[in-house]
Amino acid sequence: MAYSEKVIDHYQNPRNIGTLDKESKTVGTGLVGAPECGDVMRLQIEVDDATGIIKDAKFKTFGCGSAIASSSLATEWLKGKSVEAAMEIDNMEIVEELALPPVKIHCSVLAEDAIKMAINDYRVKQGLEPIEATKKHY
Amino acid sequence: MKFPIYLDNNSTTPMDPRVLDAMLPFFNDKFGNAASRNHSFGWSAEEAVDYAREQVARLVGCTSKEIIFTSGATEANNLAIKGVYEMYNSRGNHIITVSTEHKATLDACKKVEKMGGEVTYLSPNEDGRINMTDLEAAITDKTILITIMYGNNEIGVLQDMRAISALAKKNGILFHTDATQAVGKIPVDVQADGIDLMSFTAHKMYGPKGVGALYVRRKNPRVKVTSQMDGGGHERGMRSGTLNVPGIVGFGKACEICQNEMADEASRLSAMRNRLETELLTIEEAYVNGNREFRLPHVANISFKFVEGEGLMMGTKDIAVSSGSACTSASLEPSYVLKSLGLDDELAHSSLRFGLGRFTTEDEIDYAINHVKEAVHKLREMSPLWEMFKDGIDLKTIEWAEH
Repeated sequence: MAYSEKVIDHYQNPRNIGTLDKESKTVGTGLVGAPECGDVMRLQIEVDDATGIIKDAKFKTFGCGSAIASSSLATEWLKGKSVEAAMEIDNMEIVEELALPPVKIHCSVLAEDAIKMAINDYRVKQGLEPIEATKKHY
Repeated sequence: MKFPIYLDNNSTTPMDPRVLDAMLPFFNDKFGNAASRNHSFGWSAEEAVDYAREQVARLVGCTSKEIIFTSGATEANNLAIKGVYEMYNSRGNHIITVSTEHKATLDACKKVEKMGGEVTYLSPNEDGRINMTDLEAAITDKTILITIMYGNNEIGVLQDMRAISALAKKNGILFHTDATQAVGKIPVDVQADGIDLMSFTAHKMYGPKGVGALYVRRKNPRVKVTSQMDGGGHERGMRSGTLNVPGIVGFGKACEICQNEMADEASRLSAMRNRLETELLTIEEAYVNGNREFRLPHVANISFKFVEGEGLMMGTKDIAVSSGSACTSASLEPSYVLKSLGLDDELAHSSLRFGLGRFTTEDEIDYAINHVKEAVHKLREMSPLWEMFKDGIDLKTIEWAEH
């Protein structure tokens, strides 16, 4: 199966690989997937307390090129967004941007799940209620 | 060096130019049907097929009458398994095989089950070899066939043909082997190995695709299979259909070349394979899958823990290898062969299969070693599992949000 140019670009030049301090109150961490499924994605956001804007985002991913590209793209999109706006990121936007084929849609689903999990981790740390996902993937 | 470097010779081999040369006339002037008995076009085609049949038979130590040409090993496996079942099920309906067989064998066995047969699927040891006591215990008075492959396509592990055939013979059971990966690579002799039926194919030994053979023993015992393809009664009635003359000629030539060059080739390839393997095992948390002693000379299957196989292949795009990961399939299931060995999921998802071949060079191996090392390093830098491992976290203690 051929990968799209954008997937190859993210794979070769991944944006924002790394680790944020998961103990920090301004950092939210989402870890999704499982080794036996061949995909594990960890996405972290750091939120500016005063503005509620995501000022940094990092990822690490175990998975195929599409999984790596989906998470790399997600970190790119998260930076500079408000937490509320980040919550609106839909997996199908990732599918479209990266031209993922149907068998790779689950990679984008993982990325969306990781974003929501990271945001909720941050919210809980801030003493807020986690937001229920409005969309069920499975 | 030409890129990408081809290290996937277990899936198919390039044609040897000498094979192509032998085939070409049979696409042009010598286009006759080998079954045409009335004119020279047919005669020369038949003569060429007879000669090729001799070349094929010689490589595996049988007579030419015992070679049934097919479209490949998949068809040969189907003919052997379903054909034996249909021919002999009045004597019993039980077949024994192994969970690490090729799908062509496993699915033919599944079909036999639908036809009313019973099949035992043995699990191999973690090194990929079967336990002879398991095999012996699986035999019942209804067992008519044992089908166990010679060398495994994913891990290259060789089964003990002689021990298996001796056990089969002692119990009056036919023994079929899928020797697709072994014939032409290591000495295979149906007499010495005690094989009753054997599948193999041209395109794994530098011959053309679309032609293979089933060896069917004619003496001690005389074996028959019910044809799965009916028609003009070609191939002693066991496989109808106009013979693929150019393909068969190429298959014969490929066998002849293998017979002459196999010994040197095997020692050259195993030396290169061992060098590749030794170098790649210097990578932390890298493991060879399968028995390393009883193994085809040109195969290495290595897991690089904490990197995913398909992602790794994308990082090693200059080399054509195969991965045990099945991320491209909807199932997300990793290789059933590696799972059968009892590999952890993260190891099964992290494997690459290297298949060296006749045209593999030392320079290519050097390149592959460096290329894989770099890619593994790069992917581990972005692997959360690697980070957890380095932090001393046991991955088994984590509650994964499975999807």
